[in-house]
Amino acid sequence: MTTQPLTGRMHADGTPVSLAEYRDAGGYAAMEETFGHLSAEDLQAVVKGANLRGRGGAGFPTGVKWSFVPADESTQPHYLVANADEMEPGTFKDRLLMENDPHQLLEGMALAAYAIRAHTAYIFLRGEYFLAAERLRAAIAEARAAGLLGRDVLKSGYDLDIHLHTSAGRYICGEETALLNALEGKRATPRAKPPFPQVSGAWGQPTVVNNVETLCNIPHIVRLGAEWYSGVSNSKDGGTKLYGASGKVRRAGCWELPMGTTAREIVEEHAGGMRDGYRLRGWLPGGASTDFLLEEHLDLAMDYDTIGKAGSRMGTGNLIILDDQTCPVKMVRNLEHFFARESCGWCTPCRDGLSWVETLLNDLIEGRGRPEDLQVLEEHTRRLGPGNTFCAHAPGAMEPLQSALKYFRDDFLKYLGDQPGVIPMLHERVV
Amino acid sequence: MATIHVDGREYEVDDNDNLLQACLEQGLDLPYFCWHPAMGSVGACRQCAVIQYQDEDDTRGRVVMSCMTPVADGARISLQAPEAREFRASITELLMTNHPHDCPVCEEGGECHLQDMTVMTGHNYRRFRGLKRTHRNQYLGPFLNHEMNRCIACYRCTRFYREYAGGDDLHALASADNVYFGRHEDGVLDSVFSGNLAEVCPTGVFTDRTLSSRYTRKWDLQTAPSVCVHCSLGCNTSPGERAGSVRRIQNRYNGAVNGYFLCDRGRYGYEFANGDDRVREPLAREPDADAARSISVDEAVDRATAVLSGARGYALIGIGSPRASLEANFALRELVGPDAFHAGYDDREQAMLERILEIYRGSPARAPSLRDIESADAVLVLGEDLLNTAPRMALSLRQAARGAAVEHAEKLGIPAWQDHSVRQAGGARRSPIFLATTCATEIDELAAATLHGGPAEIAAFAQAVARALDRDAPQPVMVDSETGALARRVADALAAARRPLIISGTSSHSLGLVNAAANVAHALCDGARNVHLSMITAECNSLGLAMLEPAPLADAFERARQQEDYVVVVLENDLYRRGPRESVRGLLNNAGHCIVIDSLLTATGRDADLVLPAASFAEGDGTLVSSEGRAQRFFQVCPPAGAVRESWRWLQACTAGEGVAGEGLGAWNCLDDVTAACAAAFPGLAQITAAAPGHAFRMHGMRLPRQPHRYSGRTALNAATSVHEPQPAEDPDSPFAFSMEGFHGSRPGSLIASTWSPGWNSVQSLNKFQEEIGGRVRGGDGGVRLLEPHSELNLSWLDPAAEAPAGQGDLLLLPLPQIFGSEELSARGPAIGERTPEPFVAVNAGTAGDLGIEAGGCVELDAGDGVKRQLTLRIIPSLPDASAGVPEQFPGLEGLRFPARASLRRVEP
Repeated sequence: MTTQPLTGRMHADGTPVSLAEYRDAGGYAAMEETFGHLSAEDLQAVVKGANLRGRGGAGFPTGVKWSFVPADESTQPHYLVANADEMEPGTFKDRLLMENDPHQLLEGMALAAYAIRAHTAYIFLRGEYFLAAERLRAAIAEARAAGLLGRDVLKSGYDLDIHLHTSAGRYICGEETALLNALEGKRATPRAKPPFPQVSGAWGQPTVVNNVETLCNIPHIVRLGAEWYSGVSNSKDGGTKLYGASGKVRRAGCWELPMGTTAREIVEEHAGGMRDGYRLRGWLPGGASTDFLLEEHLDLAMDYDTIGKAGSRMGTGNLIILDDQTCPVKMVRNLEHFFARESCGWCTPCRDGLSWVETLLNDLIEGRGRPEDLQVLEEHTRRLGPGNTFCAHAPGAMEPLQSALKYFRDDFLKYLGDQPGVIPMLHERVV
Repeated sequence: MATIHVDGREYEVDDNDNLLQACLEQGLDLPYFCWHPAMGSVGACRQCAVIQYQDEDDTRGRVVMSCMTPVADGARISLQAPEAREFRASITELLMTNHPHDCPVCEEGGECHLQDMTVMTGHNYRRFRGLKRTHRNQYLGPFLNHEMNRCIACYRCTRFYREYAGGDDLHALASADNVYFGRHEDGVLDSVFSGNLAEVCPTGVFTDRTLSSRYTRKWDLQTAPSVCVHCSLGCNTSPGERAGSVRRIQNRYNGAVNGYFLCDRGRYGYEFANGDDRVREPLAREPDADAARSISVDEAVDRATAVLSGARGYALIGIGSPRASLEANFALRELVGPDAFHAGYDDREQAMLERILEIYRGSPARAPSLRDIESADAVLVLGEDLLNTAPRMALSLRQAARGAAVEHAEKLGIPAWQDHSVRQAGGARRSPIFLATTCATEIDELAAATLHGGPAEIAAFAQAVARALDRDAPQPVMVDSETGALARRVADALAAARRPLIISGTSSHSLGLVNAAANVAHALCDGARNVHLSMITAECNSLGLAMLEPAPLADAFERARQQEDYVVVVLENDLYRRGPRESVRGLLNNAGHCIVIDSLLTATGRDADLVLPAASFAEGDGTLVSSEGRAQRFFQVCPPAGAVRESWRWLQACTAGEGVAGEGLGAWNCLDDVTAACAAAFPGLAQITAAAPGHAFRMHGMRLPRQPHRYSGRTALNAATSVHEPQPAEDPDSPFAFSMEGFHGSRPGSLIASTWSPGWNSVQSLNKFQEEIGGRVRGGDGGVRLLEPHSELNLSWLDPAAEAPAGQGDLLLLPLPQIFGSEELSARGPAIGERTPEPFVAVNAGTAGDLGIEAGGCVELDAGDGVKRQLTLRIIPSLPDASAGVPEQFPGLEGLRFPARASLRRVEP
C-alpha cells in the first residue's frame, strides 16, 4: 500500500521528478480518469468523501469549500489559486513539494480547477522560492507541451491554463483574501468576509484558494480512493501529513507521515530527538502563529481536533521546538517583531497593537520593563483576539504570546528582577 | 424596517442599514473613524465596536463592528456594556500611541473628530512609553497642508481620493504601523476634489492651506448659509469669516445637491472676496482724467441720482448679470424698465438659455438634482467637459457609473454600504456612460465609448441617437458609419435604461447642440422610463437671469450706436468677457454716463465714470437659480465694510431722488420686498420667496446667530483702535444676527450654516441634523425647484443644425473650459491662480505638423476679431483635425466668439 503518496517518488539527490517519471508512477492518471468521465459534482463528492481537510492551517474540509462555488454558468469565469506563499516561520513543507515534484501540484490543481469549473488557475508563489519558481515554470511548459494543459486537455474538451505568479513578498499574502488583492496588483490587505472568495474572489469572480499540500493530495484521492485515503491515516482526518521540525533537534526536516502521528514520534524518531545538552522545553505545533505546548503534550496525536483540544492549533504541522537554553521571552519577542513588521496596517489593533507588544517585550528584555507591562501584554492578547481584528493575523500573533505568558511566566518576571522602585503611572500618582 | 434592541431599548430602524448607521440615525453616540456616510463601511478602524447577543438568554455576547454588521430584525446589541466601552477605549488608546497630541498648534483643533471620539470613548491616560513614529510631510499644492504624524490610518483619504473621486496620485504607502498617505513624491495633488480631504480626514493630516494663511479657530468664525457662485450647479457652502475677511469655504450639506462634497473651485474660489482688486469705495472718473478717484458714498449717490434723474433727458440702458442675484438684476430691471434691461451675456447664450427654459417647461424630461444623477443607469453627455464646466457633477457621474457594480453586488447579497466588498464583487461592471466632447477629458475612463468632435459633429451624432430611438425624429446630417454605429449602441443603452440621463449645456456655444440633446431626451420620453435632462449653464445665475426675460445684449450695442444720449448701468459684469471688444467699448465710451456696480474692478469698471462697490457673496443676500432650476438663497456671512453694499441697495439709493425712474424701488425695505416683487412680476419665479424663510422668521422668538456659542475675542478684536465694543451690525434682510446670541438648535435646512452638537464639534456632527444618514436634513433640504417637468411633450423636434462659424481661417476655433481660470471670480484668487495654466492654444499633432509648429512654440492666433494674440502651443492629440482650442475666458482670450474660424502662424516670441 502506498503510504507516502506525496513524497514517495522524490529523488534523494533533490532533483525534481520529471514528467516521464511522474507519469510512470501513475501521475496524471487521475486526470485521465476524471476529465470527460466524471462531472464536477462527482469529483467534489469524491474529495468530500475522503474527508480531506485544508493543509494551510485552518483545516477546512476541501470538498465543502469547493461546493460553495456556484454551478450557474452565468457566474463564469471561475478561478483556482494555489496558495504557495509559504511564509509561516518554521514551515517548509510546500517548498519541498514544489521543488521536488512540481507535476504533482499541477495535476492536483488541474483536478481542483475541473471540480470548480475554472479554466484559469494561478500559483501564488512566495517570491523567495526561486528554485520552486524555476521548476514549476519548467513543469508547466512540459505539461502544456504534453497536452496536459492548454486547450482541450487530454482531448476532453476541457480548457485549462495555469499561471505562475511570484509574490512581491508579504506574510499577509498567505491570507487568502489578501493574496487575491495582491494577485490583482492591489495592496495586500485582507478583504471582508462575507462575501467569501468562492462567491466573489479574484476580480470579483468565484475563486477557490487551496494550499499546495492540499492540492497535492487530490490526485491520490482520485486514483486510490477514499478508503485507501482513510487507511493511511492514524486519525479520523484522512490521509498523510507533511510534518516538520526545527529548532535544536538533531535532524531538522520534513516528513510525510500518517495524519495523527504523535508529536513525540516526530521529534524523537524523525527529528532524532534533541541535540546533546539541550532539553525540550516547549513547542509550537504548526508555525509561529500557534500556541506553545509543553513536553507533557508530546504524546498527543498531531491532528486538527486533538491539538485544538489541548489549547493550540495544528496549523501547518511543522513544529518549532523551544529548548531549555533559549529564552522564551526572547523567542516570543522575535516572533512578535516578525508579526508587527508583517501587519498590513489596515486595522487599528493589529497595526498599532502589535508594535506596542514588540515595544513592551523590548523594554522588558532591555531592562526598562515595569510590572504593569505584563498586564498590558495580557490585555493585548485579549484585545487582539479573534473577532476584534479584521483578519486572523493579530490573533495568530497573540497565540505564542498568551501561551508563553501562561507557561513561562517566571521567565518574564525574571526580567523585572530586582530593578529599583517602579515609577508609578501618572494616573496612579494623581489618585 | 426592523426592530433592534439597544441596551434594552427597542428601536425601529431601516433593515438596509448597518448597525452603526442605525444607531447614529437614532441619535445614539457611537464613535467611528473609517466609516463615512457617503463612502460606507470597510471595518478598518474597529472603533465602532458593540456587543452583540445571540438571544435574550445570551448574557456574554461578542464584540462585533457595528459598521460591518447588517441590521437584523430582533438583533440585540449593547453600546454601554463594559466590554464594549473598554474595547472602544482601547482602540483610541492604540490610535493615540503615535498621535502627536499637538492639538494646541493643530489647525483641526476644535473641530477634530479624533478629539471628539477620544473624549467619547473615555480614554485619558497614556500608557505607551515607546517612541512615536514620525513621518516626513509633503508639499501637496496650494490647497492642502500635509501633517502625516497626526495620521491615525483610517484610510478615508485614499478611499475618497482614489475610490470615490477617481484620483490616482494619492496612495497608501508602506505598511504595518508605518503606513503613509501621500504622493510618490512632493507635488500638487491632481484631483480637483482634493480639498474634500480637509473634511474627510478625521484629524489634522489634511487641512485647508488657504485657511492656514489667515488662520482662525472654528469657534471664532462667523458663518451663514451660502451658495457657491463659481458654476451653475448651486452647491451649498458654508463660508467662514473673521474680522471682515473670508477665511475658508466648507461644504454645506444639501441632500439633493452637493451632499458631502465640493469641487476645489468651489472650495477655494472665495479668495477673490478678500482680494486687492475689490472695489471698496465709490470711484469717480472725470471726463478728461485718466485715473478714477475715491469719493464718499453721499457724493456717489448724488452723482448717480443726478445722472439717473429723467430731467437730463437721457435714455437708460441697463445690463444685468448672470453672476448677480435675482434681486440685484430685478432691481436694475425696475430701474431701467423691462425694455431697457439687457442680458449680461451674448445673444448665442441667450438663445440657448431661452431654449433650455422652453425645453424644461414643455417636456416630461426632468432636470435632475446631483443626487438624481448618481442613480442614473445610462448617461449620454453631449458637448460638456464636466470636470471643467460643472465639476461637482462629474463626481456624481462617477457614482452613477458604479450603479451596475452595486446592483451586481446586491444580487450576491452584498449591501451597498459594504464598500470594499461591493467594489470587489462589482469588478469592472459599469453603467453605460457615453461622452461626446471636443477632446479627451479626464473622466473618459468612466465611459463605455467616447466621441471627440466639434459642436457640429456632436449635434449630428446626438441627432443620430434621437433618430435611432424614434424614427419620427428628423434625419441628422450625414454621419459616418462608425458614428452611426455608435449612435445605435448609445440608443440601445438609453432605451434599455430605467433612469436614462442626457447631459448637455451651453459650454459648446451651440444652440444646435442644445436642440439635439433635447431631441434625444424627447425621443426617450415615451412614458416607459424616467428621463432626466441636465443642461449645464455657464454661471451661478445664468438661468435666473434668463427667467427675468432680458432684452438681448446686441440690442444694447445697437442702441448705443443709434442714440446719442444714454446712460448705461452695468450690474456686476465685465462686458469685455461678453461681446466683441469694439462693441463693448462703443457702448461704454459713447454713453453720456456709465455707472458700473461691481465687487471687483474689471476692465468694464475702468471705462466707467462711476463705480459703486457691490457686496460679494459673503457680504450680501440674494437668490440664485442653479442649472437644475433650483432657487436658493445665500446669506451675508459678514456685514459689508465701509462703502460696500448690495447692488440692489445702490440702485435703490440712486433712485431716491426726485424724478428718477424706478420709483417702485423706494418701497422696498428689505431683501424680502425685492424677492416678493420679483416673484410677483414673473410667474415662473413665483416660488422664489419659498427658497428660504424671510427676515421675520424666528425660532422660539429668537434670531439665528452667525457666531457659534464659543465665539471669542469679540471685545478684543478692535481693541487696537478702540476699546469700546462696537454695536453688532443690524441685519434687516434675514433671520440671522451678527451675534452669538439667539437660537442655536435645529432649523429649516436652508438656514443651517454649520453643524454642531454636544460632543460633536467636527463636520461629522451632520449626523445629528439628518432625517436619515446621507438623506434629507431635518427641516428639508434647502431651495425650491422652479422647473418641474411637464406631464406630456409639448414641443416639436428642434433644429439640430449647428451654427456656421464666423470669420475666416483654416482652423475651427473651439473653447476649452478650464476648472481653474475660466470662471471670472475664482480666477482672481491666489490659490486658484497657482493651479491655472498659462494661456495657450492647442491643436492635435497632425495639425501642428501641417503648420510646422512644435509644442511649446510661440504662435500667433488670428480669430478674425481684429486682435492678434501670441500664445504658447500645446498639443492635445484628441482634438479634431483642423481645429484649435483655447482656454475659455483666459487673460487675453476674453471676448472670443465660438465657434469661429481662425488661423495660426509661427512667430518669434
